[in-house]
Amino acid sequence: MKRIIKSEIISNAVEKLCADANYVLPSDVLKSLKENSEKETGSSKEIFDEIVKNAEIAETEKIPLCQDTGTANFFVKFGKDVVIDGSNIYDAVNKGVSESYKNNYLRKSIVSDPIERKNTDDNTPANIYIDVVDGNNIEITFLPKGGGSENASSLKMLEPSAGWSGIKSFVLDAVKEKGANACPPLIIGVGIGGDFASVGYMAKEALLREIGSQNSNPYYSDKEKELLAEINKLNIGAMGLGGSTTALAVFINVKPCHIASLPVAVNIQCHSCRRKTIKI
Amino acid sequence: MNIQEIISDTVKLKAGQRILLSGTIYTARDAAHERIVKMLDECGKVPFELKNSAIYYCGPTPAKPGEIIGACGPTTSARMDVFTPKMLDEGVKILIGKGVRSKNVCDSIKKNKAVYMAATGGVAALLSKTVKSCELIAFGDLGPEAIYKLEIENMPLIVAIDSEGNDIFKKIEDEKVRG
Repeated sequence: MKRIIKSEIISNAVEKLCADANYVLPSDVLKSLKENSEKETGSSKEIFDEIVKNAEIAETEKIPLCQDTGTANFFVKFGKDVVIDGSNIYDAVNKGVSESYKNNYLRKSIVSDPIERKNTDDNTPANIYIDVVDGNNIEITFLPKGGGSENASSLKMLEPSAGWSGIKSFVLDAVKEKGANACPPLIIGVGIGGDFASVGYMAKEALLREIGSQNSNPYYSDKEKELLAEINKLNIGAMGLGGSTTALAVFINVKPCHIASLPVAVNIQCHSCRRKTIKI
Repeated sequence: MNIQEIISDTVKLKAGQRILLSGTIYTARDAAHERIVKMLDECGKVPFELKNSAIYYCGPTPAKPGEIIGACGPTTSARMDVFTPKMLDEGVKILIGKGVRSKNVCDSIKKNKAVYMAATGGVAALLSKTVKSCELIAFGDLGPEAIYKLEIENMPLIVAIDSEGNDIFKKIEDEKVRG
């Protein structure tokens, strides 16, 4: 059945969503941090304790978890029976971002041109990825993503003969090379397949999975465990100061690809893995 | 530990040592560094006295009404590596940020008898509690990248590169290679 949703409803929901996600660490992330903290000693243990304490202060006092309140990424599942009354979905979401970052004292981290670098002063434009699905609801997931961990991410077009071992080397090299600067313990999103444009999206979307969740494909579920174990042998540790917890999780997303290609992308997420989903 | 004690060399810091730092620091990140270095090249005058200063790589969130500062954790220091030797040659003594520095920066720290300290990234709400005052000094048009003068009290840090050039990140890297 068709449903009409006013664009203000979407903007207001997004405004609240941006603030909530920046103040409250998701429960699965906090649980994983606490569990891994038990294994650590010395400086590493102190860092884990600071991270847990920070989450408590941020939630109680409504202070952003991190000063980098991020690029505003939205993953939208748009019901095919929804009609928006007012502006389009992109404008509605951007209005919510603009209002929220101004009204809630979140940091504006977007420059209008990559060379000229003038701040847009309201953290827009957001990155908005839309999937059209059945039904008459809109589900919006917000992933504010810091610049430090984003800078540690990478993408490569491998040849099919590289196979799993080529993928594994590429992921481990990416973490080895820049992981220490990306605020570990990390969450690693891996995209495999698709094409140049889609593989980066897949790696990013993988970061939306809850820590502890299993990949629905048993082959890739095993590969996630294998990569996590290898990454945690690198002794990068919390904030790069050594230790057995360099990553909390590895999530793999796969997609069909061309007979000539094996695209792979690694999107690195810092420990302040902020994400929240709402349904309208 | 007070910044003055470190600058006057009355305390010797060692890489790997955890400290609680108090005193005056100035925020400056990417765009502010670029402007400072440009000003030094063009006229030699900059918005604050670089000699014996402490710089914090940080772009805070705006303060809510009635608050001193917003969330204020460190940003990745490595992006400042290209500017840092020049800043150290101008007399900056303490660098605060997060993550690994280049060999060039490490050599310059040793040459200038400076020190690099790492704060924990992503604990910006916790670190905001150590800031006792915050004043806009320059580059207000840069928004979060403006220069703020902060008075801090007991900010938890780890000495990452000491004045002898000992680098905690390099030590961890070497341990990995040795297995």
